[in-house]
Amino acid sequence: MDYLYYLRQSKMPHIWCDGCGHGIVLKSLLRVIDKLGWDKNDVAVVSGIGCSSRTPGYVDFNTLHTTHGRALAFATGLKIAKPQLHVIVVTGDGDAVAIGGNHFIHAARRNIDISVIIYNNYIYGMTGGQVSPTTPTMKKATTTPFGNPDAPFDISRLAAAAGAAYVARTTVYHYARMDLYIEQALTKKGFSVVEVLSPCPTSYGKLNKLGNGVDMLMYQKENTVSLEKAAQLTPEELENKIVVGVFVDKEQADYQEHYQKVVQKSHNV
Amino acid sequence: MAFRYEIRLSGAGGQGLILVGKVLAEAAAIYDGLNATQSQSYGPEARGGASRSEVIISDTDIDYPKAENIDILLALTQEACDKYGSDVKPDGIIVIDSQTVTNPPAGNFTVVSLPILQSAVERLGKFVVANIIALGVIHKLSNIVSEEAIKSAIRSRVPKGTEEINLKAFQTGVDLATEWLKNHPDHAT
Amino acid sequence: MEKSNPNVYMMQGNTACAEGAIAAGCRFFAGYPITPSTEIAEVLAYRLPQVGGNFIQMEDEIAAMGAVIGASLGGVKAMTATSGPGFSLKQENIGFAAMAEIPVVVVDVQRGGPSTGLPTHVSQSDMMQARWGTHGDHGIIALCPSTVRETYDLTIRAFNLSEQFRTPVLLMTDEIIAHLNEKIELPEPSTIKIINRQKPTVPPEKYVPYAMTDTDIPPMANFGEGYRYHVTGLAHDETGFPTNDPAKIEEQLLRINRKIERYRDEIVEVEEFATEKMEVLVIAYGATARSAKKAVQLARENGRRAGLLKLKTIWPFPEKEIAQLAQKVSRIVVPELNLGQIAHEVEWATCRALPVVRVNRINGEPITPHEILQAIVG
Repeated sequence: MDYLYYLRQSKMPHIWCDGCGHGIVLKSLLRVIDKLGWDKNDVAVVSGIGCSSRTPGYVDFNTLHTTHGRALAFATGLKIAKPQLHVIVVTGDGDAVAIGGNHFIHAARRNIDISVIIYNNYIYGMTGGQVSPTTPTMKKATTTPFGNPDAPFDISRLAAAAGAAYVARTTVYHYARMDLYIEQALTKKGFSVVEVLSPCPTSYGKLNKLGNGVDMLMYQKENTVSLEKAAQLTPEELENKIVVGVFVDKEQADYQEHYQKVVQKSHNV
Repeated sequence: MAFRYEIRLSGAGGQGLILVGKVLAEAAAIYDGLNATQSQSYGPEARGGASRSEVIISDTDIDYPKAENIDILLALTQEACDKYGSDVKPDGIIVIDSQTVTNPPAGNFTVVSLPILQSAVERLGKFVVANIIALGVIHKLSNIVSEEAIKSAIRSRVPKGTEEINLKAFQTGVDLATEWLKNHPDHAT
Repeated sequence: MEKSNPNVYMMQGNTACAEGAIAAGCRFFAGYPITPSTEIAEVLAYRLPQVGGNFIQMEDEIAAMGAVIGASLGGVKAMTATSGPGFSLKQENIGFAAMAEIPVVVVDVQRGGPSTGLPTHVSQSDMMQARWGTHGDHGIIALCPSTVRETYDLTIRAFNLSEQFRTPVLLMTDEIIAHLNEKIELPEPSTIKIINRQKPTVPPEKYVPYAMTDTDIPPMANFGEGYRYHVTGLAHDETGFPTNDPAKIEEQLLRINRKIERYRDEIVEVEEFATEKMEVLVIAYGATARSAKKAVQLARENGRRAGLLKLKTIWPFPEKEIAQLAQKVSRIVVPELNLGQIAHEVEWATCRALPVVRVNRINGEPITPHEILQAIVG
């Protein structure tokens, strides 16, 4: 496939650092859209603020770079106004589940037909490495110089509990699996979430002495366990492991299907 | 000379006095071709607390929509009477519920004490229609809108299926006021 | 009994706002419950699905503001409604709409503040927040109705102005007007003037979303209609992409300020009452304008030559209109339900050439005609 067909070449080079995983997610997204054969005019990519949220600027679709945390709110209005658009939200861990956490759980509850790809790098990269809601306990960030006292969110389980129709987690190292999950998410009716773990060697890696981008990819390779295997392991055995797989994949009426019933009832009064 | 007639309806939140205000205003403005405004004041809670609803009826523009010089004031609770029982003009009327309001304000106005809440239960078996009984009383004593207009407004404003009981309640109020007027010939309107 | 006129209704200000929105072509509303604006949401929850529109109650005020921007970008006229605390929460995304030039209408039914304040009582204390509530410099349009009919008309006008100027427009109503039931005669739908956003006439490859056009208002393409472009709250150049070029940044920022200022004559709407041969000018808006009109009548009846200037547009500020009338009088009275937010602007508009007497109240009660009369009499 021709990646350049989908990229705004005049906006290259991108701002992502050497060793950052975000470009791998971007390529995966483009591969899937190409495979699905979607017209570029029918795709909207919406983001909030942060490293991941710079994605819309680079891709030749209808692109919307909103305020911090609010991508899903804007995307909800856009999807309702133009239902034929494939609305894809790209967001980071801080954007999606800290400042945007309320929108995230409610979009999942509403089961609106939007796909969310969360680039989870455990850190606020754009602002220089502050602790995020997915930073593991006692790991370092510039605002947790002695270690993070907070417990992290498990984004996939949060989305599952909130009612999403499709939830999967993988890493950028497992790019073929990432393609599969993103494709399943994009073609799912209802709210779908793919959480992709993406290394940040510049901030998270450096502060926690995890090596360069390649070292962090190798860590992903060696510490990933499937959901099925994880079910057999004790909490101690699961410590520092990355549990991947499809958490939720279910058929359920989406927001628009329910709203059509509202419209019908409104005509009967 | 243009006229301005001011009505204040006060009681507890949830007693349906805003509806009474709306019916009076609608009767005047929609059916009798006059001008009217209806406004309300209430606390942050949806039920309880003292609430008031005010209706201004005029044959010309109504600029200031709040009551300042009241022709007729209704008080269905003592708390509402204490809080909102002022601003009645010298020859005005205060209608109070004889059971719940035992301490009406003193002043150069007529106090009409009637068993409004009690009649709702005893004559109609429904406490919730007390507001419409009060409407009948206010209507008879004020005589500011036509009976036909007020009945049309009741029919258009009350929930479907409750028109009959509400019109009966209205008549109960009219009867209570008629009885009072008979006993107080000086106040015939 | 028949209605005396079939087009006449007793209608609450909030209902008139909702009906005005539908008449203007609004087909998307996102909101969050807050007193005293909630009836707008309730009416639209009922009405919008009937007319092919969408109503959604969002998870919070911020989300509601974001959703209306998203819907407008999708080509659907969109509105949200709120009150004090919610208006504060919406400010960041109002700034986004100003920066990205997305037409939306935001209704603020003013209640007592600061903070949670007086949820069920009137205030006019968000006037300055309407002008300066967001961070950064941008033009803004804010309208202020003082009757139920004006609420209907100005809601329609708010949509028209937002579409014409690609900007958020604020409808600054208040608890008294919002909850006032008043006689209203609705206009025939065919007589209502509707303005829609100007769409691009060039093919997509030639489209420059933030072009420096002669009008200062570049045409706007809706998402999903073949014009793929980028929308961001970051400082951007004419292409819509972020830039750090100071010349480009300034060019765009000056334009989003200028596009309101240069059309101020078209935007500003005021109403004069008894302004012939006057000594004292009362300047008022919203619910307080009703008390002021009565006060002016009472003054005239008592031989005091007072007049009223009612402001239906608050921003851009009607300073030219005020300066002209100020030449005819020796004193100005500004009654308002805040501690002088607009009185201060009046002083600026008149270069403090004459006394501006303030009549203020911030306890949730309205200002009465007699209180204004006292200030007129002096």
